[in-house]
Amino acid sequence: MRLEGVSVGYRRGRGWVRAVRDVDLTLERGVTYGLVGESGSGKTTLAHAVLQSLPAHGRLLGGRILFRGRDLATLGPEARRREFHRRVALVPQDPLPSLNPAHRVGRQVEEALDPSGRSTPELRGRAHALLEAVGLADPERVAGAYPHQLSGGMQQRILIAMALAGEPDLLVLDEPTTNLDVTTEATILDLVRRLVHDSGTAVLYVSHSLGVVAELCDRVAVLYAGEMVEDAPATRLFTQPRHPYTQGLLDSVPRLGSTRHEVTLRPIPGRIPPATDLPAGCVFAPRCPLAVDDCREATPALEATPEGRVRCWRWPEVEAGQADPHQPAPAGRLHAPAEDAEAVLEVEHLAKRFPLRRSLVELLRGAPRRAVRAVEDVSLSVRRGHTLGLVGESGSGKSTTARSVLGLEAASAGTVRLLGDELPRRLERRPASAIRRLQMVFQSSDEALNPYRSVGSTLGRPLRRMAGVPREEAAERVARLLESVQLPRSYAEKRPAQLSGGEKQRVAIARAFAAEPEVLVFDESVSGLDVSVQAAILNLLGELQQVRGSGYLFISHDLAVVGFLADQVAVVYLGRVVETGPARSVLSPPYHPYSEALLSAVPLLAPGVERARVRLEGDVPSPVDVPGGCPFHTRCPRLVGPQCREQAPPWRHGPDGHAIACHIPLEELASVQTALFGDGGAPAVPGATSEGGDG
Amino acid sequence: MARPAAAAGIVRRRSGAWRRLLRGLYARPSSALGATLAAAFLLLALLGPWVTPYGPLDQDFAARSQPPSPAHPFGTDHLGRDVLSRVVAGDRDIFLLAGSGTLVAVLVGTLVGLAASYRGGWVEEVTYRVFDSLLAIPALLLALLLLGSLGPSRVSVLAVIAVAYTPIVARVVRSVVLDTKTKEYVLAARMQGESTAFVLGREVLPSVLPALAVESALRFSYAIFLVASLGFLGVGVQPPNPDWGLMVSEARDYVYLTPWTLTFPALAISLLVIAVNLLADGLKRVLQVGDTP
Repeated sequence: MRLEGVSVGYRRGRGWVRAVRDVDLTLERGVTYGLVGESGSGKTTLAHAVLQSLPAHGRLLGGRILFRGRDLATLGPEARRREFHRRVALVPQDPLPSLNPAHRVGRQVEEALDPSGRSTPELRGRAHALLEAVGLADPERVAGAYPHQLSGGMQQRILIAMALAGEPDLLVLDEPTTNLDVTTEATILDLVRRLVHDSGTAVLYVSHSLGVVAELCDRVAVLYAGEMVEDAPATRLFTQPRHPYTQGLLDSVPRLGSTRHEVTLRPIPGRIPPATDLPAGCVFAPRCPLAVDDCREATPALEATPEGRVRCWRWPEVEAGQADPHQPAPAGRLHAPAEDAEAVLEVEHLAKRFPLRRSLVELLRGAPRRAVRAVEDVSLSVRRGHTLGLVGESGSGKSTTARSVLGLEAASAGTVRLLGDELPRRLERRPASAIRRLQMVFQSSDEALNPYRSVGSTLGRPLRRMAGVPREEAAERVARLLESVQLPRSYAEKRPAQLSGGEKQRVAIARAFAAEPEVLVFDESVSGLDVSVQAAILNLLGELQQVRGSGYLFISHDLAVVGFLADQVAVVYLGRVVETGPARSVLSPPYHPYSEALLSAVPLLAPGVERARVRLEGDVPSPVDVPGGCPFHTRCPRLVGPQCREQAPPWRHGPDGHAIACHIPLEELASVQTALFGDGGAPAVPGATSEGGDG
Repeated sequence: MARPAAAAGIVRRRSGAWRRLLRGLYARPSSALGATLAAAFLLLALLGPWVTPYGPLDQDFAARSQPPSPAHPFGTDHLGRDVLSRVVAGDRDIFLLAGSGTLVAVLVGTLVGLAASYRGGWVEEVTYRVFDSLLAIPALLLALLLLGSLGPSRVSVLAVIAVAYTPIVARVVRSVVLDTKTKEYVLAARMQGESTAFVLGREVLPSVLPALAVESALRFSYAIFLVASLGFLGVGVQPPNPDWGLMVSEARDYVYLTPWTLTFPALAISLLVIAVNLLADGLKRVLQVGDTP
């Protein structure tokens, strides 16, 4: 497939908004082509244009799309169906809407194999073979299931099977792993890599995640504000980008193993311009560290470079090392917090169960009341000025832990102590001073701020009520609070609808800091943001902590982000802490087998670099029936024997308070595990002591 | 809230929200028609006594059962009363009764709905089970039951509307509250130690308002219908009051002699109900109830 000078627009009133402008793209057999960009870059629009599935108000405004040498615009509907749609397949981001909830998935795969056919044993056999090919171990059982009975990862595999059923010439994957856990994502990426290798189809992989694209793709195009700014082989793009925007993206992503004390993230200032209001000249000029007057006046063309293409006036200088495409680093390094800082928040043996209702039959039989055991046994300690990172996959109980600590949910067992005082379990019973000292920043989203209240009103309330600021000073304090999160004072007048995602999150952070808390809990607070915005927020959090000395409990599924921000890390699985210790120790061997799998699944920004792959089979067990013994034994790649199934694992303690709950001694773990990123990390810990404790 | 028609029709405040609302309503012919008609009926209700040529109870025995004429545009009934004046007076009545009944239902329904569904647990369970059992009885039957025990009077009609519609309003409120109370900004307010009253009034209520505005308009149109039905059945407003339902009921006996005595009140009922319904429909589109704001 070839795209020549493609522009796509959406109707807005009487005119057209050009969301994608002048894109050339060639997709070849056996090549996986990555399309990356932040939100608003036009990558989804371009994918729709490729698939000929633009919405009714969208239209191809210029250029040609050729498929196997024929211009698709010249084909009639029937020919287009025969020549194009049967040879192209899509795997969407969200699998569930693409599956018919009323049919068994086996039948749906059969239909994809033969749209007109009735179910015959032969067809069923082919469907099962296909399900096996996408890594579903028990095709018989899976084929008989309805979509909602399968996990997200399995649904995505079914869709990949259906996409492959027609033996397509072109496979388009639109963020297929964005909603999945990192371990599931890794297995799906392995699968796609293998299938592409075996079938030799052309693949277009659309994603916002640089890491995923680096893992999978041979060639990568970077989109910015509807234009392709750089196109190069993956190995080149991720090591020596030519365009300042690509460089900016790479500098914004925390790498696994780098911490805030060693590396400063360099966010890209400003924000992506909307397609309705593009700057003159180069679209990236307003945010570019290299922009000169020419850049603001004339639009650069997509020029050919030795291996790819780049849209920048100054790329030859960058190439020759005469111009620095990096954004300036923020002033001031963050120094490490005091080692001997006291604990401000201590959580011991926290548990939270949500009882299930019994059915009438169970009630009559006198069956015991079952419960979702979201949090089983979590003990944490946050020190003043330190950050404790809490990592785990969805369903591991991270968010429930946060809510129980804060009292939004009343814990079922365990204690929470703030500055040594034990807190009542329910928020409403806690004294006002305790509420003030323990604040939370929620997941960044449109829900974080009340859409009906202005920023000033949202921030003024906690200032007056909790920090005791008199009414007449409130406006000034709101302004200062806004400045502390690097927003202009005038934002007090604005409403949430007028703010971008990153700005909303800054306001939410300001709101939490308004009460001058000792401890802040962040629940996936940067996960929904684009990488360049996320980098700025992470820097901001580091600076605020430095200035105010607050303790952070930072919850995230993103190990690179946690590794960057955290001083200590706790890894949770099925509501239990399985590994805890200083970030450096947790991120280097010996690992808990679960942490090892998590780390090994994180996509790195280093295409072509080989590393140990530890993959987890199956899905996280239901928190209603938590496996006995070690909760991880059902998926553990390093299962040693019956003791894993029967006995709770002992805590094994290493130096610096590093502890792993596992039946395997630390020395043995260290000897079989290799460092999973960077240049090694610490080698096997020589002085490790192992003690049989009961956790 | 009970009378969005009033707001849309005559309020000329220079506030952006109102203007946006009006512009939205007048962008579609059907909602524009509804808003205009409803506003006209309201205007008539307000100005009633000053624009009608006769009093609603004035009898002119010399001009009994007259067909429409310049002196009596809607004709006169068998007692010589001017039908136009009676229809206009009935308009006033119906706005007063249906309007205040709806207002009571909306106020009580909102308060109870907010508190019970935010609190959750057994309080919510009990409240909504009681409401559900009330909803299981058809509104007219419930009205007849209540009027049978209270005796027919204006106050009882008002009480009937309030009792019949409070559970419905509370249900609408609940659906929004259940969605809103888990929103992060509500949790954030709780995290700042805000009182439940503040959380409900400042954080939750604003999201309820759009749905509530639409539901209020809809309830008002049903209330008009209910008042007219009760009048027609003779258990609501009593003669000689100029109630539309009552007028239709009385006119049945003379339908061949003086068809205009039946036509005009019946027409008024239909027109007003249709107008308020169109208005509710328009509000729903403009406020995009069902989407998050």
